[in-house]
Amino acid sequence: MTVYLLKRLAIALATLVLASIVVFAVLEILPGDPARLMLGMNASADQVELLRNQMGLNAPLLLRYLHWAGGLASLDFGRSYTYSVPVIDLVRERLAVSLPLALIALALSTLIAIPVGLYSASRRGRVGDTVAMGAAQLGVAVPNFWFALMLIYVFAVWLRLVPAGGFPGWGPGAWPALKSLLLPAVALALPQAAILARVTRSALIEVLNEDYIRTARAKGLPYRAVLWRHALRNAMIPVLTILGLQFAFLLAGTIIIENVFYLPGLGRLVFQAITQRDLIVVESVVMLLVAAVIAVNLLVDLSYAVVDPRLRSRP
Amino acid sequence: MRLWKTILAAAVLSMAAGNQALAARTDLVIGIPLEPPHLDPTAGAAAAIKEVLYANVFEGLTRIGQNGEVLPDLAESWTISDDGKVYTFKLHTGVKFHDGADFSADDVKFSLDRARADNSVNAQKGLFAAIDKVDVIDPATVKVTLKNPQGSFLYNMGWGDAVMVSPKSADTNKENPVGTGPFKFQNWAKGSSITLVKSDHYWGAPVFLDKVEFRIVPDAAAYVPALLSGDIQAFPFFDPDSLAQVKDDPRFKVVIGSTEGETILSINNKKPPFDKLQVRQAISYALDRKAIIDGASAGLGLPIGSHMSPANKDYVDLTGLYPHNVDKAKELLKEAGLENGFKATLKLPPPSYARLGGEIIASELRDVGINLEIIPVEWAQWLDQVFTKKDYDLTIVSHTEPNDIDIYSRKDYYFNYDNPTFDKVIADLNLTSDEAKRKELLGEAQKILADDAVVGFLYELPKVGVWDAKLQGLWENAPIQANDLTKVKWSE
Repeated sequence: MTVYLLKRLAIALATLVLASIVVFAVLEILPGDPARLMLGMNASADQVELLRNQMGLNAPLLLRYLHWAGGLASLDFGRSYTYSVPVIDLVRERLAVSLPLALIALALSTLIAIPVGLYSASRRGRVGDTVAMGAAQLGVAVPNFWFALMLIYVFAVWLRLVPAGGFPGWGPGAWPALKSLLLPAVALALPQAAILARVTRSALIEVLNEDYIRTARAKGLPYRAVLWRHALRNAMIPVLTILGLQFAFLLAGTIIIENVFYLPGLGRLVFQAITQRDLIVVESVVMLLVAAVIAVNLLVDLSYAVVDPRLRSRP
Repeated sequence: MRLWKTILAAAVLSMAAGNQALAARTDLVIGIPLEPPHLDPTAGAAAAIKEVLYANVFEGLTRIGQNGEVLPDLAESWTISDDGKVYTFKLHTGVKFHDGADFSADDVKFSLDRARADNSVNAQKGLFAAIDKVDVIDPATVKVTLKNPQGSFLYNMGWGDAVMVSPKSADTNKENPVGTGPFKFQNWAKGSSITLVKSDHYWGAPVFLDKVEFRIVPDAAAYVPALLSGDIQAFPFFDPDSLAQVKDDPRFKVVIGSTEGETILSINNKKPPFDKLQVRQAISYALDRKAIIDGASAGLGLPIGSHMSPANKDYVDLTGLYPHNVDKAKELLKEAGLENGFKATLKLPPPSYARLGGEIIASELRDVGINLEIIPVEWAQWLDQVFTKKDYDLTIVSHTEPNDIDIYSRKDYYFNYDNPTFDKVIADLNLTSDEAKRKELLGEAQKILADDAVVGFLYELPKVGVWDAKLQGLWENAPIQANDLTKVKWSE
């Protein structure tokens, strides 16, 4: 177990370092000058040069990389060129939206997907299964911005139950904030749930064909007990893998939904920073996301060990 | 007696109820597409900064009205010396910054000196280039001496980049803007909204709104539901393509106004074959402005024939100079020795006027034998490759700065246009403050650009505003970058 853990940790660290080099290099190649962007078309070349100096953009490449990477190592993420505030403050503000949103969406998606997957697998080929998997197919196929707009028209414009968009912040209380995250969470959760339900179903079906399931049934265990205790547990590994990937996506890949609901999430921060060539923000946020994905994967790897005892004894 | 009391009480009650219905709303949520990078109008070119703060939080010596006219602001009056070089401004007294600091002539000197200093990062530093020195005469009088007479000086002082700031707060305006305007900054929830509230100690006419929130809505698809749900009550810059959904709704007002955005097909004048006049003229003949306006701007926007807004008082209509004429275009190409046509690139920045207009223009130029390769670019790329390095053949862009015909005389500007006659006209214009003479020179400048077919002049970007029908006082036009809320109120 310890070796397994150490190995995972070493891989995680190496990935981080490699990612930092790639991220920095890619963004340096990107054409565009943040100083010119800020000053616009009427500023003189001298003025742009002056601002570049003030921003520290004229230092040699390697020096800037080392400065930035060194900062990261000591958890200093630098200052935004455009906002001129510490990047970490920007990230913290955005996480106040993105993290709850991702968690609600993930919870919704799991709560829908696992029961549907179980139901479908245990009723394979029957009407209920066909209907459920048909719905899941639809859930995967429907573009989520369109689905989001439909939700807005029904629940915000027509019924006026929730706001059409925006985020009031957590200051005025938890309820207004949660209310504004509800529709986006549903819009995000449904396609994820559809995928997860299909994965759960096929993983379960595979497990249900195993010999030990037949043995369990043969020794007289009721079907329900076999399904929950033996089948579901063994089917969890692919499900957990997908869940891990989905969480990483929900944290930062939700730019379309953030735009439709004009939520100030992490995805929009990165997108805006790219268009404004606020490179330090892009670089640092991307690195944070890389770290988050690695951490999630590490957790998923560890949870394999929890659900599958064989992994614990393996060197 | 009892009866009278009852009647009286009922009357009072009904009056109170009536009053309540009469008391109009005093809050407003405005949707804006882009978030300002920071909140200091004197340190960035982004239009979004001024569209939140100009006239609301920050004020200048002069200000620009909704039809582009120069009005007094913090300077209540001024005198100009006979040689046109000395401007003496008389300031309003009793003006305070939002942090309580007094506004006086010292702040004027500070603001102007700061904007034109060597280390200034003011995006429109050119506005202050003519200033030689600024002298404080007394707390309410300031004298600005120019190096040479400048006809547009009072106009220049009305730009958002020339607003007055306090030495105490100038360095922190990016995060916490402190001005003298009728609204003071309250809160900026990054990525989400910027809130202004009424200032209690405003020197001028009090405003009607108590609280204004600028909410950032990046996706045009969200505009209509936001209006319909009542979450947002005004979009001063609406998406023309979504108009159909609100046009006939009596709850909303659709207001089409003018901007200072000359949308043009920029041409690299030094790059062969565009260095030949006939080729540029051929392009002008090949353009069908009506088709471009219909396709790229939902049929809104006025055609232009030179670099001047039709809303401008000095506008000369030159749209008839190169009517859409494919045969004439082909003939000119033949004269230039290019009867078999040629290939070129067209770099398109992100706005829809460029991306949609580019497709139409490419097909129109194909009809006369010019085959364009369309290259979509981001703004950052556009500024880098096209604007700075001049690595382009053709591009489409809207020049949104007001009264900016002088850009064609700038050395090393991305058009690569060089015409001493034109430069002379602009130099004369800069030294002229007589209105009639200026009009004549501006007319001449417009004609030269049109004759030279420096670029393909397309149309003036429209300002499409949609807001609640009960809302009054929002600007119809956009003569400069602003959302002036000083006269905005709810009816009823």
